[in-house]
Amino acid sequence: MKAVLPVFVVIAAIVVLWYGAAVWMNAAWVRDQAARAGETPGLAQIVPQTLNQERPVLPTPHQVAAELWKGVAGQAVTSKRSLVYHGWITLSATLLGFVIGTGAGILLAIGIVHNRAMDLSVMPWAIASQTIPILAIAPMIIVVLNSVGVTGIVPKAIISAYLSFFPVVVGMVKGLRAPDAMQLDLLRTYGASQRQTFAKLRMPASVPYLFASLKVGVAAALVGAIVGELPTGAVAGLGARLLSGSYYGQTVQIWAALFAAALLAASLVALIGLAERLTLRRMGMGR
Amino acid sequence: MTWVLGTMLFWAAAWALNIRLAASRVTQSRAGRLIIPAVFGLTLLGVWEGLVHGLQVPAVILPPPSAIAAKIAGNTSTLWIDFVQTFVKGALSGYGIGCLAAIIVAVLIDRSAFLRAGLLPVGNFVSALPIVGISPILVMWFGFDWHSKAAVVVVMVFFPVLVNTLAGLRAAEPMQRDLMATWGASYWQTLWKLRLPAAMPFIFNGLKIATTLALIGAIVAEFFGSPTRGMGFRISTEVGRLGLDMVWAEIAVAALAGSAFYGVIALIERRVTFWHPSQRR
Repeated sequence: MKAVLPVFVVIAAIVVLWYGAAVWMNAAWVRDQAARAGETPGLAQIVPQTLNQERPVLPTPHQVAAELWKGVAGQAVTSKRSLVYHGWITLSATLLGFVIGTGAGILLAIGIVHNRAMDLSVMPWAIASQTIPILAIAPMIIVVLNSVGVTGIVPKAIISAYLSFFPVVVGMVKGLRAPDAMQLDLLRTYGASQRQTFAKLRMPASVPYLFASLKVGVAAALVGAIVGELPTGAVAGLGARLLSGSYYGQTVQIWAALFAAALLAASLVALIGLAERLTLRRMGMGR
Repeated sequence: MTWVLGTMLFWAAAWALNIRLAASRVTQSRAGRLIIPAVFGLTLLGVWEGLVHGLQVPAVILPPPSAIAAKIAGNTSTLWIDFVQTFVKGALSGYGIGCLAAIIVAVLIDRSAFLRAGLLPVGNFVSALPIVGISPILVMWFGFDWHSKAAVVVVMVFFPVLVNTLAGLRAAEPMQRDLMATWGASYWQTLWKLRLPAAMPFIFNGLKIATTLALIGAIVAEFFGSPTRGMGFRISTEVGRLGLDMVWAEIAVAALAGSAFYGVIALIERRVTFWHPSQRR
């Protein structure tokens, strides 16, 4: 309870600030309308009119919540206006890409740990690639794969895979190297082969590092899938909702899509956190 | 066919060279540690070039590195205009404002334990969110020019820097703080002479994460609307016209700018936190 109260107060403060900002930013439109009608509204008339506009500059929290609710529960999940439908399209690309990227990342990390030439040649590039705005190539991948005839979720998944790949490589290399010299020496005195050392020492030791990088990777994969939906021109998915909202000035729709994406990201990270806790406890490393 | 065979031979030879280099004494010098990845990078470029020629990949799918280099050499003025628009105006100004604001807010929050306990989970939560999604909103608010890109960058860099600075401000040990107290140091003196310097490794960690985010934010925000210049604008329009060599040229510039930006921050970090164990050589 002691830990929850400050968080609640901060969130409540954010909501209050948000309402204040909404009144302040939407008031101009109300004044315009009133000036056209030849009236000069007082504050008491302005405030209520700023809270429920059709296309506000800044939608109020309850408008966003209502739109979100309407999008999630208000219609059949197969409807094009359903946020569940769009969310699932984004989520499926995210998950496919995340699985591919994680698998490839783990394989490369194993190669790097066991092969010195690979370590020295590939690792600097894997680290340097994290300083590069990889997301910039998303539109190109989509369009090129489309022109080759690959459409649907695969191009988006490739971007997601690419984004989640490097955090996993870097984290896993660190994790597989986590056992210290003493532990490695002990296994050598047992006469363990390289494969046994890998399965019984390096793999278990790398699990906490793996989960840490999975959390980073899944958030990156979701961003990749959303950005990957932009260049195809607002077909489907949360990114498409953002884009079509910005084309038609539907600010409430943009905010609802944004919150849907945030909820998705938060629950994916939370799921991995749960899996982490369960796995580590099962392995005797839980805290 | 000869191209493909030659490429494979080239790959095998270059890889063998790298294995030799990795096993030799070259790795003990700093220069040697740079040579091996450089050889590997050149190998990849060579294989790329060879395979594109050998398999006759059309330029609208994957242009060879030579064509990209030629495009860069022939379009330096366009690339420079885009670079200034996106990097200098959008990313750098947003980065400066966002990081400064985050550090100031962190110092203010740090005075209240209640606020810190409330804002830290929220900040951590927000850091994991797909914040680039906010760009259509900010483009609506601040217009198509670089101001909206800078605003996106401010929002993107704010939370990582805030969270790291808050963690850093707790890095000074109680013993050290007590010492400052016995000297009768005021809050601001303690902050300036002990706690901020002690926080620097954490702050720079946040600043380094933020460099990449700043470039991503500035480029992606341009996909939602921009004047007729800028790296993100060029990428999205050239993709539409299938001018992929220009797209790759922009990506090369973005990669260079991103690495250089990170390198500069890392260099400043080395000068500022020379006392920290991780900087010892």
